[in-house]
Amino acid sequence: MTEIQLNQVKKAYGDVEVIHGIDLHVHSGQFVVFVGPSGCGKSTLLRIIAGLEQVTGGEVMIDGDVVNAVPASERGLAMVFQSYALYPHMTVYKNMAFGLENSNMPRAEIENRVQEAAKLLQIDPYLQRRPKALSGGQRQRVAIGRAIVRDPKAFLFDEPLSNLDAELRVAMRKELAALHAKLGGTMIYVTHDQVEAMTLANTIVVLNAGRVEQAGSPLELYNTPRNTFVAGFIGSPRMNLMEAVAEADDDGGIVLHAGSQRIALPAIDGVKAGDSVTFGIRPEHMDIVDEGEADISAPVDLTEQLGGETYLFCTPEGLPQITVHQLGQFPVGRGEMVHLRFRREVLHLFGADGQVIANGLGADGGAAG
Amino acid sequence: MTDVVTRPTRTLGALLTATRGNGRLHWTDVFTYIYLVLGVALMFGPVVWLVLSSFKTQAGLQEFPPTLLPLGQISVEVEGYDEPLPLFEVTFEDGTVKQMAQVRRVGIMAQMVDPDNPEERIQVSINDREPIREMSIAWENYTKPLETFNFLTYLNNSVIVTAAATLITLLINSMAAYGLAIYEFRGRNAVMLFVIGTLMIPITIILVPTYLVVTQLGMVNTLWAVIIPGCATPTGVFLLRQYMLTIPRDLIEAARMDKASEWQIYWRIVLPLSLPAIAVLAIFSVMWRWNDFLWPLIVLNRSEVYTLQIGLNAFQGELNVQWHFVLAMTVVALIPVTVVFAFLQRFITTGIASSGMK
Repeated sequence: MTEIQLNQVKKAYGDVEVIHGIDLHVHSGQFVVFVGPSGCGKSTLLRIIAGLEQVTGGEVMIDGDVVNAVPASERGLAMVFQSYALYPHMTVYKNMAFGLENSNMPRAEIENRVQEAAKLLQIDPYLQRRPKALSGGQRQRVAIGRAIVRDPKAFLFDEPLSNLDAELRVAMRKELAALHAKLGGTMIYVTHDQVEAMTLANTIVVLNAGRVEQAGSPLELYNTPRNTFVAGFIGSPRMNLMEAVAEADDDGGIVLHAGSQRIALPAIDGVKAGDSVTFGIRPEHMDIVDEGEADISAPVDLTEQLGGETYLFCTPEGLPQITVHQLGQFPVGRGEMVHLRFRREVLHLFGADGQVIANGLGADGGAAG
Repeated sequence: MTDVVTRPTRTLGALLTATRGNGRLHWTDVFTYIYLVLGVALMFGPVVWLVLSSFKTQAGLQEFPPTLLPLGQISVEVEGYDEPLPLFEVTFEDGTVKQMAQVRRVGIMAQMVDPDNPEERIQVSINDREPIREMSIAWENYTKPLETFNFLTYLNNSVIVTAAATLITLLINSMAAYGLAIYEFRGRNAVMLFVIGTLMIPITIILVPTYLVVTQLGMVNTLWAVIIPGCATPTGVFLLRQYMLTIPRDLIEAARMDKASEWQIYWRIVLPLSLPAIAVLAIFSVMWRWNDFLWPLIVLNRSEVYTLQIGLNAFQGELNVQWHFVLAMTVVALIPVTVVFAFLQRFITTGIASSGMK
């Protein structure tokens, strides 16, 4: 069981700093997912942990030892690459045995381990094939198998599912989760797909532009995003984020002016009249109500009828398009007005700097969460 | 390399009569065939001429106009003459045709004798006679040098030089290429440029300094003098390096993660994947070394260390060239290179395209 710790890790290419001092603690046996948009530095961070990139500042620690100067081959980690990086001139068996041969393991032991891993991943019928005679999913398994046989301190995955088709990706995702449950090793997984992150992780680390925006369990990030970036990134479809200006209400509360819409809210700590704020509401947290109870009204631009659920895309006057999620089938025509009420307990409010003011407004008016 | 190869099921005949489509002869087909036939004649013609001529007798070679096939003129022993005389078919003025041997030729007249009646000489205009030929293959062109000259020694030396030099060339060039392709360090491109730059120095300029070095090392008249100086070829380094640059970096990094040492990455990952480029360099190296003439001529002065090319030069005397031997031994010298090429060319496939990536 392995702990990995990053202290103020920095990475610069020439004058361009791409990782700006990251602190992170990966506990033993955890499945940690680095997620973020492309170019946010998540792959670079993984490669720094692997030892394939050198840090320009800070330190990387594995099990309490600083490994900045330890080469990749001696860190005892295994990595699964996005391209799988199977050796094309070797059979599946040789691919999996290569790492073991390099550590001078006896042949019988290698044979045992490879067979065991092949059975676990159901690739034992293909052991004598070359990688090019395998399908994408099978190659993926071989790449994972190559990591497993080594019995490494920790597994590193660099967007391993991004080359698979949608159906296979869902299947492999489940298998990876099962694999982690079975092996129990420390795993670090990089992806840009927040669904993968939500389904696999114990801990999600949201990265943006070389900084950690927030780290926490999937539901923590979903329920209490620390800023607008995390709020917009986690959850699918995205949270609806709208800019508004707060004004004082007659009865002590505040009113948000967003476009030509007015949303009355109880008083919130940290929001005064005249502040510009961003409020966020997830598509699944809006109810369609009668006109009198509604926070906003908007004409429907487009509906997506998926049978079990329905997405409405509407554009309130003066605001960007918002997405509304409704369970079940909801027949509504294009151009028809819908009246929406935001559930106060899951309404998110962010300040002008993008940092959270409140995640969920209690019925009594105070900020909750 | 190729497990699953789908070969089109095309016979040679179909290939040679292929047209642009729907079976009719388009003008581009005609043009293509003319162009290709011309190309074949240009490339293959000299080789065919060489092989056919190598079977001609010395007399047959000097004949004018030359013949394509190894035809030899029949000679007969005639009583009273030491040498066999060439036989001609003479047409007399009265239309009778008779086989006669030629004693000598003076201007446009030839002195002929009837082999059955050697006493009587007849003057015949050379326009009235035709040489009598028969297909005669001069195997002695091949057998005689093999017996009289140290052909086997030369062949042996050439094989040793070619094999050893090619192995060393492949090894050190691929190691240099590995360093210049896989590692990123300051000045990498400058080093590469420097290596390529040495291509611009003609061999004639470094001939003397290299000779001095070889002499100092006491290698003159040993095969090492031929093997070692040419082993580091800028062409080879460049060729291999450019190919190694196309090997996905992920593979190298995957090997690093798999605890492979740098030597193992080179030997077990990069080298096998560079096989197509290595095959090309091997063919080049074999050709260079096998056909090398100038450098061996300079450093090898004793006939027991001669390579085949230098040995062939021995047939070329100051006054007369024994063309029949030169041609025959040239054919023999061509065979190994042809065989090596035929064997290695199947490795020149588009390597990375059939890889395990994506």
